[in-house]
Amino acid sequence: MSDTLLVSTRKGLFTVARTAAGWEIDRVDFLGDNVSLTLTDPRDGVRYAALDHGHFGVKLHRSSGDGWEEIAAPQYPEKPEGYEEHDMWGRPLAWSTARIWALAAGGADEPGVVWCGTLPGGLFRSADHGASWQMARALWDHPKRKQWMGGGADLPGIHSIIVDPNNSRRVFIAVSTGGIWLTEDGGESWVQRGEGMRADHVPPELTHDPIAQDVHCLVQCPAATQRMWVQHHNGIFVSSDEGRNFTEITNVEPSVFGFPVVVHPSDPDTAWFVPEIKDEKRIPRDGKLVVTRTRDGGRSFEILSRGLPQSHAYDVVYRHALALDAKGERLAFGSTTGGLWVSEDQGESWREVTHTLPPVYAVRFG
Amino acid sequence: MAKVAFTENIQRHVPCPETEAEGATVREVLEQVFAGNPRARHYVLDDQSALRKHMIVFVDGKAIADRTGLSDPVGAESRVYVFQALSGG
Repeated sequence: MSDTLLVSTRKGLFTVARTAAGWEIDRVDFLGDNVSLTLTDPRDGVRYAALDHGHFGVKLHRSSGDGWEEIAAPQYPEKPEGYEEHDMWGRPLAWSTARIWALAAGGADEPGVVWCGTLPGGLFRSADHGASWQMARALWDHPKRKQWMGGGADLPGIHSIIVDPNNSRRVFIAVSTGGIWLTEDGGESWVQRGEGMRADHVPPELTHDPIAQDVHCLVQCPAATQRMWVQHHNGIFVSSDEGRNFTEITNVEPSVFGFPVVVHPSDPDTAWFVPEIKDEKRIPRDGKLVVTRTRDGGRSFEILSRGLPQSHAYDVVYRHALALDAKGERLAFGSTTGGLWVSEDQGESWREVTHTLPPVYAVRFG
Repeated sequence: MAKVAFTENIQRHVPCPETEAEGATVREVLEQVFAGNPRARHYVLDDQSALRKHMIVFVDGKAIADRTGLSDPVGAESRVYVFQALSGG
């Protein structure tokens, strides 16, 4: 079980450690700077941190031990002379990294490989621990990529990357908005997945189109890869055929709306969510912050609230801000209002670490 | 040679001391500066080598007009300032 949490916030990276006295902030890096996401590579322990310096752009840092060093950030290719492309608002689309929204380690057989998903929709692969990055051109040049649209941001972005634990050349990504995509040849070609999802925010003829789906978060059970879970703008969807087809789950109290989902590493039927009222009211219902959990593949859900604030709590938990450790025992999540909670019993009970952090963007064990 | 100075706020990320550089345009001047300080390049320019959205360059007190091509002229005695715009928050 992991005794370390990396908490990415609007104003720095907080390392939280489990001590005899409980979980405590142990270290602060990049204080004052916007840290959007981290990755601790399970193969070699190397850490990556994505920073957004606003005026000065998006940067990546790497740590192999104590300190951090700036490494190359993904760079979009030169736009061909005379080529024009516009975003959904009719503005010229800048071929430039606007945000790093996903970081994932490559397979066990390809040490040093790291994947990076960005806004406005570029996917990058590094084969040298982030020293250099190559864009997955086949995806960027795919004619349907231009149908991707903004979701939570003005621009489309890749927020979920899953490398098949049994075959490193198979990589799933999910896009807000643009649905789920799969490569089976290491990024040389891409197909769309995700039949069965439903988008309410588009005209009827597009409702079931896989490319119109606003997937908020996609996860796959590592021990049973057929099982995928999606927290979607319209609710919760589950797949038992590796994302080809999804079934909508509607019987969830207090609601089916939210951003994150995590799945147990060996039990595909167990998954956790953090619900909010709905898309146009992104706060916990009745001011009660809860986590929902299914242990039977979505047939039923439990509301887990012990130790969480149950009065006037307006915490929003972003898609990368709920974490499960590699054993499937410990969970942690952070909120937009600076709360951080940890559970050591699969969510049955929670302990507040702090409620005075800057807005939390991502929480990761490692 | 034009004198080139950078905003104080960039210094904690990448040191950019005041320097002198030759060139007839903003592009030429900045490229010469970045040749000696390559890390600074991506703090000022985006992936397409245009000025970052919330950065601003002044030549002799006037904000440049060509933020993409950086073709604004620079004189031998010009002062070039690379600042961040307040629009970026």
